Amino acid sequence: MSANESLAQLSNGMVYASMVVYAGSFIGFAASFAAGRGQQEDDGAVADSSASSTVRAVDVTSATMAESGSAGGTATLTKTRDEDVEALPPGRRAGNIAMSLMWLATAFLLAGEIARGASAGRVPWGNMYEFSLSAALATAVVFLAISTRRNLRWLGVFVVGAILLTLGAAVTILYTESAQLVPALKSVWLVIHVLAAIICGGAFTIGAAVTALYLVRDRAEVKADGGPVTGWLSSRVPPAKRLDTMAYRINAFVFPLWTFAVIAGAIWAENAWGRYWGWDPKETWAFITWVIYAGYLHARATAGWRGRKAAVICLVGYVAFLINYFGVNFYASGLHSYAGVS
Amino acid sequence: MASTSAEPRGESPEDLSVDLSTAPKNDLPPDGMKIGFTGWLRWMWRQLTSMRTALLLLFLLAIASIPGSVLPQRPVDPAKVNQYLIDNPGLGKFFDSIGFFNVFSAPWYVAVYLLLCISLAGCIIPRTRLHFKAMRAQPPRAPSRLTRLPESASWQTDTTETSPQQILDSTADELRSRRWRVRTQEFEDTTGWVSAEKGYLRETGNLLFHISLLALLFAVAFGGMYGWRGQALVIEGESFTDTITQYDSFKSGQQVDVGNLPPFSFKLDDFRVSYQEGGEQQGAPRSFEAEVTYRSEPGATPAKQTVEVNEPLVVDGAKAFLVGHGYAPVIQVKDPQGKVVYDAPTVFLPVDGNFTSNGIIKMPDNDPQLAFQAIFTPTTALDANHGPHSTFPAANDPGVFLSAWKGNLGLDNGVPQSVYKLDTTNLKKLGLKGLRPGESWTLPEGLGTVTFTGVKEYGTFDVAHDPGKEFALIAAILAIAGLSLSLFIPRRRVWVRVTKPSASSGAATVEVAGLSRTDEAGLRPAVDELVESVKSVAPVEEQVSNESDPDASPAGN
Repeated sequence: MSANESLAQLSNGMVYASMVVYAGSFIGFAASFAAGRGQQEDDGAVADSSASSTVRAVDVTSATMAESGSAGGTATLTKTRDEDVEALPPGRRAGNIAMSLMWLATAFLLAGEIARGASAGRVPWGNMYEFSLSAALATAVVFLAISTRRNLRWLGVFVVGAILLTLGAAVTILYTESAQLVPALKSVWLVIHVLAAIICGGAFTIGAAVTALYLVRDRAEVKADGGPVTGWLSSRVPPAKRLDTMAYRINAFVFPLWTFAVIAGAIWAENAWGRYWGWDPKETWAFITWVIYAGYLHARATAGWRGRKAAVICLVGYVAFLINYFGVNFYASGLHSYAGVS
Repeated sequence: MASTSAEPRGESPEDLSVDLSTAPKNDLPPDGMKIGFTGWLRWMWRQLTSMRTALLLLFLLAIASIPGSVLPQRPVDPAKVNQYLIDNPGLGKFFDSIGFFNVFSAPWYVAVYLLLCISLAGCIIPRTRLHFKAMRAQPPRAPSRLTRLPESASWQTDTTETSPQQILDSTADELRSRRWRVRTQEFEDTTGWVSAEKGYLRETGNLLFHISLLALLFAVAFGGMYGWRGQALVIEGESFTDTITQYDSFKSGQQVDVGNLPPFSFKLDDFRVSYQEGGEQQGAPRSFEAEVTYRSEPGATPAKQTVEVNEPLVVDGAKAFLVGHGYAPVIQVKDPQGKVVYDAPTVFLPVDGNFTSNGIIKMPDNDPQLAFQAIFTPTTALDANHGPHSTFPAANDPGVFLSAWKGNLGLDNGVPQSVYKLDTTNLKKLGLKGLRPGESWTLPEGLGTVTFTGVKEYGTFDVAHDPGKEFALIAAILAIAGLSLSLFIPRRRVWVRVTKPSASSGAATVEVAGLSRTDEAGLRPAVDELVESVKSVAPVEEQVSNESDPDASPAGN
């Protein structure tokens, strides 16, 4: 049974369409980012406004104190209505457009993913092209999910950039025709194990992007020493403390899921190859990634290792994840070489 | 340096938080004071079980695993290791000497994770004791000045309608209904408070996760000691019995009694493979099916099963997994008199994705000794440069290409030879011939005839037994459960205190505060929720008349 050609063509068309719309979203986010100097105090929850009416005696989160003392814009501008359009801070309109385009692009990408799966009669993650497509989709979905509760326009340009890079690599270098799977992949565990790993990949990417921005912003805040933050990048992202907390929450959410992905892989390996752990390169790098992120969580609980050191560990962990995802499929040979790329 | 990671614990009174920090106390003695041998042991133990050491060991573990993933490893692929040693003699020898070709069993790797286990156990045991105590303990007393805590709020309220005790009682009930552990102090004289704590499950989950990791390691070790694994190649039509002698390769743990393997056997009735016919992935395998008839022990009724890649054969005490396959062309050799001296399917090993395969036939009992080197191509294509090769893995157009040799095979000198390699030093080449099924070749010098009669397939099976794997799975599942609890459940304390300036005053100050065990962002909304709930019983009254001024304007202007 070979794949349904027209559905595969439809899938390709949807993916290309999504890339075009992502490109538009990228431009919008970039414009919004560039214009948005010092506008990041309202990064708090979208439905933030009512909570701030509580009288507070003391609020000792020092970064917030530094911020509320400085750039002055503590406006909790949340949902905008038509009459407020003129009152929008600069770059906000571009950001809104970019966000809408991103929803549209992700819808296209999802359609492309579904069409690809339908054309081959199986879940659409059986080779590197499909893995990359799914990873880009997962990154977009995680981003959009968080964006319903937080203002993430400052992060948009980086995330959409990463998505475009992934999709670009997928449709050029990694592309393979829609086809069946090798027998080893014909198992329900393909859905469970690989899906968990792909979602983790999306979340790890967002976590790493936030962490990288945290490092830049933290350095700028140290230099500013309590005053307003200068620096082209730093002044356009939320305060370092918020970034750190956001990165922690994302990584802490995804770590149990990654543990589950590794364990599901072990269960599948036991079923297919007769041993649940064989130090295959992909298994080893998944383990290395796990250990490094475990180190990140430990570091955040250890005095002297919080903040910058933990953030660096997180980025090292993300590099390990990239090696696990791309490097192993291309360079190492083992039981895991399902790249589909010759 | 601006402190960007707020540490809310600097000035809190002692009873506010149980000190669960495992950082080694700075307990090096002042100069001149000797702590003695046991003192140094204690110091070393503290260092070993500290978080810092755990961090370092974790990174060491990650780094130590890297060579195991980039260099070929002996337990996985010894042929590749040998090839590496041939290609890189100097570097290869160095790597071999430091154990880089068997990283995960190397002493230094084992040392890292053993130290990690000891560090883990040494940290977990006291923490478990502490947690048992904390699980039964009451929440702490409310501090005298709640406004010094990281999240707090205070406001004035009027207690003429609702008495302070009522405020405290309703708060306590509300908290209890939300499953907080509550401790109260009755409103006496001028003040009373409610103290509550929640989220003990976080630490329970944390301990469960770490203990499960230890259990997982134990299960792995147990499986290694009592488990075994072997590879067997079975040609269509032939049988396999689970005895040590029938395995092509076999590995077992120390405690395994290899003479007592589960006595099952199976016969490979039919082996079927299907391949992708056209398109970009032409030739990629699409299904493997091995039809077997098996007996779980001698004398048991035979049963049939189709063994596939994700569906192993399961018998008591072992599982047989279909791992690979290949072709075994049937070659028949007749001597000059016409008597059949060799007639068997011969295992050929594939060399490429289209199953161009190489095979050797040795006939040491013949006079003179004969040998054949052969290439088998399931779908034959001839090429002036590359010779015969296969263009598709299915046996659509099989062909065998033989080169015949005669002479001394070198089997009598006592040194074992691989059946897949031919030592041609003492052999003379007789000739070359390609054969299609049914064709024969009359050998030169009247040495007989060779016929290519047909093609059989074979399957390679991994048979394995791991008694620790169920336990490992349970430990892994518990680990994930514990991990999720430890990351998603917040551990918090909240307090509500009502204070009156004097016993007869109508005005009172209500203070609400919260403290989190970890630096979490959810504390503020939680305290806000509590504040709203308390305000519903004790609303904000900005200017409540004090008892000294009964004519003052009423509240709320």
